[in-house]
Amino acid sequence: MKVPMTEYLAIDLDRELWECRVCNHVVGSARAPYKEGLLVHARDPREIHKPILDPSYEFTFAPDPNWVQIIEYYCPECGTMMEVEYLPPGHPPLNDLEFDLDALKAQWAKRAPMDLSTIAGPAPAGVDYRSHMHSRAGAR
Amino acid sequence: MGKVEKPALVDREQLLIDRFLADNVLFLGPDPEIMEEHDISPRSAMEEAALKKNIDPAVQALIRDRLQAGANESFEMLEQMGAAPGAKWGDLITGVFTASGDLGVCSAGGVLIFASLVHHPVRFINKYWATDPTVGIRKGDGFIHNDARYGNIHNTDQSLMVPIFYDGKLVAWAGATVHEGENGAIEPGGMPSAAESVYEEGLKMSPFKVVENYELKKDLVTFLQNSTREPKLQFEDMKTKLYACRRIEQRVLATIEEFGLDAVIVALRKGLEDCKEEVLRRLVEWPDGTVRTMCIADSTLRENAMIKITLEVRKRGSELICDFRGSSPEFANRCNNTLLSSLKGMLAQLFLVFVWPDLPRNQAVFAPIQVITDPKSALHSSYTTPNAQSMMTFFPAFTAMQLAVSKFMYGCPEKYSKLIAPWHNMIRTFIWGGITQHNEMVGNLCADLNGMGGGARADRDGEHAIAPIFAPMADLGEQELNEEEVPFIQIVSKKLMRDNQAFGKYRGGQGYEMIASSLGSPLWGFMTCCIGSKMGSVPGLFGGYGAPTYPLCKVKNVDVFEVMKTTPKKFEFSIVDIMNKRPFAGASYTTHHTGLQFELAKRGELYMITQGAGGGYGDVLERDPELVIKDLEENLISHETAREIYRIVYNPETLLLDRDATDKARAAERKARKKRGVPYKSFVKKWTTKEPPAHLPFYGSWGSDRSTIFAGPYGGMPRQKMNAGAIEPVYMPNPRDVKIAELEARLAQYEGVGTAKAAMSAKATAPAKASGASKSSSAKSATAKARKPGTRKA
Repeated sequence: MKVPMTEYLAIDLDRELWECRVCNHVVGSARAPYKEGLLVHARDPREIHKPILDPSYEFTFAPDPNWVQIIEYYCPECGTMMEVEYLPPGHPPLNDLEFDLDALKAQWAKRAPMDLSTIAGPAPAGVDYRSHMHSRAGAR
Repeated sequence: MGKVEKPALVDREQLLIDRFLADNVLFLGPDPEIMEEHDISPRSAMEEAALKKNIDPAVQALIRDRLQAGANESFEMLEQMGAAPGAKWGDLITGVFTASGDLGVCSAGGVLIFASLVHHPVRFINKYWATDPTVGIRKGDGFIHNDARYGNIHNTDQSLMVPIFYDGKLVAWAGATVHEGENGAIEPGGMPSAAESVYEEGLKMSPFKVVENYELKKDLVTFLQNSTREPKLQFEDMKTKLYACRRIEQRVLATIEEFGLDAVIVALRKGLEDCKEEVLRRLVEWPDGTVRTMCIADSTLRENAMIKITLEVRKRGSELICDFRGSSPEFANRCNNTLLSSLKGMLAQLFLVFVWPDLPRNQAVFAPIQVITDPKSALHSSYTTPNAQSMMTFFPAFTAMQLAVSKFMYGCPEKYSKLIAPWHNMIRTFIWGGITQHNEMVGNLCADLNGMGGGARADRDGEHAIAPIFAPMADLGEQELNEEEVPFIQIVSKKLMRDNQAFGKYRGGQGYEMIASSLGSPLWGFMTCCIGSKMGSVPGLFGGYGAPTYPLCKVKNVDVFEVMKTTPKKFEFSIVDIMNKRPFAGASYTTHHTGLQFELAKRGELYMITQGAGGGYGDVLERDPELVIKDLEENLISHETAREIYRIVYNPETLLLDRDATDKARAAERKARKKRGVPYKSFVKKWTTKEPPAHLPFYGSWGSDRSTIFAGPYGGMPRQKMNAGAIEPVYMPNPRDVKIAELEARLAQYEGVGTAKAAMSAKATAPAKASGASKSSSAKSATAKARKPGTRKA
């Protein structure tokens, strides 16, 4: 059984592997950090959060590249950006997900496969999101 | 031969010592037994006896509904009658507490963190004042409190607690808490970022009796009125809170009359116990394992500093541990310190609001969850450190936890709320103070802090300026009403700034611009108190980007009201246009970090900030191109962002999407990612340093080793390394002294003195610059060097 663990990563419980949910690429052993199987790129944060004010000002709505860089993680197969970290220069990336694989197997042995239609969580009671949508977005 | 003491004698001596110490307490500080406990109280004898009666669960639910209605009713009263701006916009809460002090039911609206922290002062009153012959707890009493060291988050929030008696027995407590604002601190408005000690933070009220026979004691009210800048506010809101508590008392007593005392006791107790059980059941469904997150607060509010909040959440079975060890040390003379109890309250309301909003709003929701911190860290600060701006560290802690919870929750089949990227986490608003047009001295803040952008959800964008992280239902206030009371106007408000958002498959909700200016006052000033001007405080989720950074912009030496009279076309109605076009001749235009200490603002000078965005969710290349077009139509993003971030191709005149070209552009970008990305191990080898770079004023652990804590360098003070188990509080130099040292060093260089000492001093202070003053030429050149040319057309 494959269990979705993030928007872009699943764990294949039988093969004990991290997999890309977009292209099914095997990222690596589910007993190791998934990041080890990805491509990584450190960005100047101003490439994403561009200065909105004249750059001659000290603060411009853009982060200070001397203080922070954006670390992007890509699937080596399909190029999907699976994770982003904002780190001070030189700070080691976090091993953010370290799930207990054996416990996960035991947990899912008693469960039916995940219903992906409900994975985002329930809508708040009494809220009709359709009435909030702008018609042009849906019609285009 | 040694003496052998008789055990009985030893016991007697110990008893004597214990009695002596108990009879000779110098003063009652916060009680660690109370302050370190967040579980529900053990069952009392009264609860045990009542639980033996077989009370129908349906009746219990009915009783809780009745009490809930009473809490909501008292909330409405308080909101309608309260004088504080905080009361008017919903920055308050009311609740029913058990006789032991556990929060059993709280109002549906308002600031949950208050309610989840008032059990501390109630327990203190029960423990120390109930049996004290000079105090006691009697029917008709009321106790006031605002010192966070005895509960709650900072002393701008005042609580009133009223014991509820039935047949002569204490059976429950009513509580009401309001963000009152003004409290007599070194700066007006109740949240002084200039305070360097607890004694500069204004009123510090440990719980004391201020009401007898349902009447406020005039002598104490007079003392409190004389201790703050707003005597009218102090009096009016004490009255209002008392009446709100009395309404709760009426509803509790009516419910007892209708259903019986035992039934009410059981309804409250079982409400707590059952909620705790349900939390344990839900936790079992999470995957076992560890999730790690971190968040950086980039300012103490006096200076930019890199204050790390690190979190390791461990979950096994029904056990959930939030381990914040390795976070920044506490600051001895800065007010951004968080008390452990305050941290727990903030985390509790994460679960109440964002994770399990369907559970009863009581204290038990967080009871089974454990929190570990380093004593004397910024999240577990000492009695002596100031905490008026504790939000500057516990809001990032909230964000770290919110991110971790989403990472646990994704793989859970059953969810109780939308999976969400981090909410915006800063109170981007103006604190103000001075003399009003009615010749009254005031100090408070704008309700706009409630306009935080929501985080993107897993299936839709975040909402703009929707709610603060600490209150699911709050208001932004009516600007026109404010203008009747205080002498400044928001010339621009509720206007979204283009590109000021967190991008992603679903984007975060945005905040809005505020341009404020003083008008009609002989003496008026503003403060701002936020982190996130050098590095964002809100990350994204699963490949989504985080929020950008937010400066304070000022235009001084101008009277825009005169400009509006004489040459109105010169006035621009956006921060970007004002700052980039510089339309007012002779004015000074500067940007700053958003930790502005109270500053006098002359008529017509501009103070400009923006609310913040919630985090983005997912890969930007997965964003529906139609949604990108919609953002363009709504002027939320620029064409540059549509092309370079979202990689869509369209006709910029008609906004007609070219789907095929967009697919190709996105495929090309994915290919480019694969080309520029390097394998993880190679990246880590090249990227990672053993210690924080020497130029960064860094506070906290570095990497996975959480046992070594770094502090500094800053302002000529070298970097310290300490053990996490033996943290020394950090003393920061006065930013003005740092600035003077920097200027003196430069002056020495200009004058050709160039002594080694001056050079060393300049070197030591340079990295720590950015104290908020307008930019020096040396900083200009450094910044210009760091920036790539052509990133923005001015």
